[in-house]
Amino acid sequence: MAELKEIIISSDNIKTDEYLVNMGPQHPSTHGVLRLLVKLEGEIVHNVQPHVGYIHSGIEKMTESLSYTQIPHLTDRMDYLSAHMNNEAVVCVENALEVEVPERVKYIRTIMAELQRIASHQLWWCATGMDLGALTTFFYGLRDREDILDIFEETCGARLTLNYSLPGGVMFDIHPNFQNRVKTFIKKFKKILPEYDELLTGNVIFQERSKGIGVLSKEDAIAFGVTGPSGRASGFSCDVRKHQPYSAYPLVKFNEALGTEGDTFRRYQLRIAEMWESMSIIEQLIDNIPEGDYTAKMKGVIKLPEGEFFQRVETARGELGVYIVSDGKKNPYRVKFRSPGFSNLFAINHIAKGWKIADLVAIMATFDLVIPDIDR
Amino acid sequence: MKSFFNYISEILRGIWTLLVGMRVTAKYFFTPWRNVTQQYPENREKLVLADRFRGEVVMPHNENNEHACTGCGICELNCPNGSIEIISKSIVTEEGKKKRIIDQHIYHLGMCTFCNLCVKTCPSDAIVMAQTFEHAHWDRASLTKILNKPGSKIMDGVKE
Repeated sequence: MAELKEIIISSDNIKTDEYLVNMGPQHPSTHGVLRLLVKLEGEIVHNVQPHVGYIHSGIEKMTESLSYTQIPHLTDRMDYLSAHMNNEAVVCVENALEVEVPERVKYIRTIMAELQRIASHQLWWCATGMDLGALTTFFYGLRDREDILDIFEETCGARLTLNYSLPGGVMFDIHPNFQNRVKTFIKKFKKILPEYDELLTGNVIFQERSKGIGVLSKEDAIAFGVTGPSGRASGFSCDVRKHQPYSAYPLVKFNEALGTEGDTFRRYQLRIAEMWESMSIIEQLIDNIPEGDYTAKMKGVIKLPEGEFFQRVETARGELGVYIVSDGKKNPYRVKFRSPGFSNLFAINHIAKGWKIADLVAIMATFDLVIPDIDR
Repeated sequence: MKSFFNYISEILRGIWTLLVGMRVTAKYFFTPWRNVTQQYPENREKLVLADRFRGEVVMPHNENNEHACTGCGICELNCPNGSIEIISKSIVTEEGKKKRIIDQHIYHLGMCTFCNLCVKTCPSDAIVMAQTFEHAHWDRASLTKILNKPGSKIMDGVKE
C-alpha cells in the first residue's frame, strides 16, 4: 500500500482521469502471483509496471549448496510446464566435464522434450481459451495433456516434476511400453489437433479479440530479448534447436515456425504450428532409438573444472540459459538461469500501451507466462 | 445499402463460426463413450499407478522382519533437502567384533520432493518408492516416519 501511495504522490504529471489499478497478484488471468500495476485512462492502458518476486524461491542461491546431481530437481520447479527442457540444461555440466553421453540418451531426451513441449502448448491453449472466455477449451486441452502425463508417469515416475535428466544420462531407461504409447498418442493427437482449430481458431469472438492486437515488431522482439514462440511470431529467428543444436536435434529435420505479423493471433497460430513440428520430430526419432546404456559412467561426486560454463536450451517458452561459475569444488560457485519468462514479461509494457485492458489479458495469455519461471 | 449487407453477412458468418465450434462439443456430447472422466474416490479400487510412480520412500522387509539397509548414510548425503536422517548404533557381534548398524532410518515425508536420488544411489537397494499418493494427515508429526520396523535386522548376504 505504501508503495502505491508513493507512486501517486511522486507522479506530479498524473492527470485526474488516469488511475492505477493492481492487476494481480490474485488475478485469474495472470496464472499465478504476478502483480501488474496498470495505469489506465478509462479502459485504455497507458502503462504496465510488472512487480515480480511474490514467489521468489531463491533457486539460484540454493544451487550453491547443492551438488550437480541434486540441482536438476530444482529446475523442475522453475518452469514447471517445461520441466524436462529445464532438466536438459544438465548438458551444460556434461559439456564442462567433456563427457560423451550415449546416443540413446540423446534420443530419449529429445523425444521427452518434444512431448513436454506439446504438453505445455496444450495447457497454454486451454488457458488462452479460458482467458478469452472460451471455457470449453480448458477441458479439451487438459484431457489430451493427460495422455502425455501418463506417458511421463510410466517412464519418469512423476507427472509434473520429472527430474528425469541427470548429468551423464537419464534417471531410468525408457519403459517397455514407451514407444507404443507415444506412437498411439501421436496418432490420436493428429486427429484431435484439427479439432482445436475448429473449436477456437475460427471462432469469431476469438479472432476479433486477437487479430491485430498487441503487435510486437521484430526489432522490439530482439531489443527486449523476447524468445520462443512469442519472438518467432514477430519474425525473430531464435530457435536454439536450429541455431545451436544439442541432444538429437542435429539429426532431425524440422521447420522453425516463423511469423511476420507479431500480433496476438500470430503468436497463437505459431504455437499450434509448433505442436505439429514437435509431432514430426518425435515421429522421426521414436522408431530409431539406438540400443545402449541410458547413462554414461559418471563419478559419484561430480566436480566441474574451474571456469565459467554456459548452455542454452529451448524450452516451450523460449531460451533458457544456464550459466555456471565453478571453482573446482563439488558445489557450483554461482549459477544464473536466464529464464525466458522474465524477458518476455517486460515486453508487455511496450506492446500493451494504447490497447484496452481486456486486450492486455489477451496479450498476456499469448505470451504464455509461467510465474515461477519469472521469479525463480 | 452495401454496407448494410456486409453488416448482415458479418453477423451470419460470426454465427456460423460459433456453430462450427459447437459441432465439436456436440460430437462429444452425443458420443459419451469417448468421455474420459473418472470419479476419483469411487474408482480407487481400479486405479492403476505406474510401477515407477514416486509416492513415498519405503523400506521393504521380508517375512523374517529383515531389511537390506546397512546404515551407510549415502541416501542422507544425496537428499537435497535433508528429509532423511540416519541414526546408527554400534553393537558387538557374536564373533566379538564391533559393528555399526542402523538404529533408526527417519524419513520426513513433509520435506520430501520425490526426486528419487536416495533410491537411485542406495548401494544395497534397501529403499524403494511406493505408489501411495494419499498423504493428507491431520497432524504434521505423523509425516515423520521411521522406515525400519521395530526389532528388524539386516538380511544375510548384504554387502557392507
